[in-house]
Amino acid sequence: MEKPILEVDNLRIRYGGASTEAVRGVSFTLGRERLGIVGESGSGKSTVGRALLRLLPGATITADKLRFGDLDLLTLSEREMLKVRGRRMSMILQDPKFSLNPIRRVGDQVAETYLRHFKCSKAEARDKALTMLEAVKIRDPKRVYDQYPHEISGGMGQRVMIAMMLLADPDLVIADEPTSALDVTVRLQVLNILDSLVRDRGIGLIMISHDLNLVRNFCDRVLIMYAGRVVETLAARDLDRAEHPYTRGLLAAQPRIGGGRAPLAVLDRQPEWLEEKA
Amino acid sequence: MSVSVETRDVSITFGAGPAAVRVLPSVSFSVAPGECFGLVGESGSGKSTVLRCISMLTDIWTGDILINGKSVREMPLIERCRTLQMVFQDPYGSLHPRQSVRTVLNEPLVIHRLGDREERMRKAITDVGLPVSFLDRFPHQLSGGQRQRVAIARALILEPSLLLLDEPTSALDVSVQAEILNLLQRLREERGFTYIMVTHDLAVVDHMCDRFAVMLHGEITEVLPREAIPVNGATHPYARELIGASLEYESAH
Repeated sequence: MEKPILEVDNLRIRYGGASTEAVRGVSFTLGRERLGIVGESGSGKSTVGRALLRLLPGATITADKLRFGDLDLLTLSEREMLKVRGRRMSMILQDPKFSLNPIRRVGDQVAETYLRHFKCSKAEARDKALTMLEAVKIRDPKRVYDQYPHEISGGMGQRVMIAMMLLADPDLVIADEPTSALDVTVRLQVLNILDSLVRDRGIGLIMISHDLNLVRNFCDRVLIMYAGRVVETLAARDLDRAEHPYTRGLLAAQPRIGGGRAPLAVLDRQPEWLEEKA
Repeated sequence: MSVSVETRDVSITFGAGPAAVRVLPSVSFSVAPGECFGLVGESGSGKSTVLRCISMLTDIWTGDILINGKSVREMPLIERCRTLQMVFQDPYGSLHPRQSVRTVLNEPLVIHRLGDREERMRKAITDVGLPVSFLDRFPHQLSGGQRQRVAIARALILEPSLLLLDEPTSALDVSVQAEILNLLQRLREERGFTYIMVTHDLAVVDHMCDRFAVMLHGEITEVLPREAIPVNGATHPYARELIGASLEYESAH
């Protein structure tokens, strides 16, 4: 087996001032694959994603191992971390409306990634950004380059974000609910673009989502989190054969097109789920 | 009592003359008594605006909206509130953070001069599946699902006949969504409510609604029965695309 991109062992995160840990002993490894992390709000899935980029000021992060390629993320200085963020590991956030700078042209924001991490002229960075905008299937990238975030739609904004995050050709992309702010019709387009780019470039992808359909369709492997723990790890295609009652409960609670009209199954939360080891 | 709803040529125009902008060109549909009617479409298509027009939260529209044959415009405020109530999308934003559940539920009773307040509040909170002790809680002491139940209880306390549901579950987790949908389904069976429900999730439409309208740029492209979803029986290209995308999204594996 080739060397994993990311190795996480017994990751624990406690927010400043909190009495309990938000993430309690999460372990997984990631190769060049698409890994989904699902769970309800508050299960700690986004916290895991942010901890990998060390974007949790004030929180205490401990782990037996937190290796990214040849780097130890636990001991890296902030200065070294700046070289990792956006260059080797990047993050796509939920809502482009809030994650793009409203007063800068979108193209310049994309090009900035390149300017910051590579030695090059502004014109080169602009060319790179334009090529990337084309790769995320933006028609007429030259026009979009000079537009401001409020002038583009949500779906286009999210494609701009993808372009920005993939421009430096990172090893790992963390997508935190990349499409939950988008309409169904646009959602699939954006996911397909992200999917094909990640596959073509052999980038490792962590997809954080509450949407079981999404991870089923766009991931190879799925971690299911409950109350800061991983309760089950499954191949995405085996999601229907999940064994943990929590995963099964989540699947059953989902209304389905063409499903019956019987009352939906409701989760019967068991206290032992909090303590079980995956 | 169940009520019917009919909207005829409801439109909103800003400005006049050649520069006029029609944000809602023309919306007409009718909902039978006791029916659950869905409104779907992309963001900005005017789904929520239609609900705001029916509830008169937006009153700059022209056209007719009739509830049981009576125009909402001519209905006195008090009667309108007793006829229709609205449940909003975000339970974190729609409850006053410094009012206890009791205050929230008591206020409409005071305004409408209804007696047996304690009794009515207890009934409303039990109807939505919360213990009576929750009356003394504040929103920050409730989870998202519990808050949405309180919002539904607030809508129920005046015993309306028509509930306007604006994405009542899209801010909630699937497991909590299931609880709220079951609750809404049960209330409809027990009380014969008429629902108009805005959602972007066709699986929810299929689960809850009898018929639904697909909106695009402020217009209703097509009104379809729920049976049209699994077979994609839409004829309008946008409606076909929307249903197709939802089917693909759900079953592509």
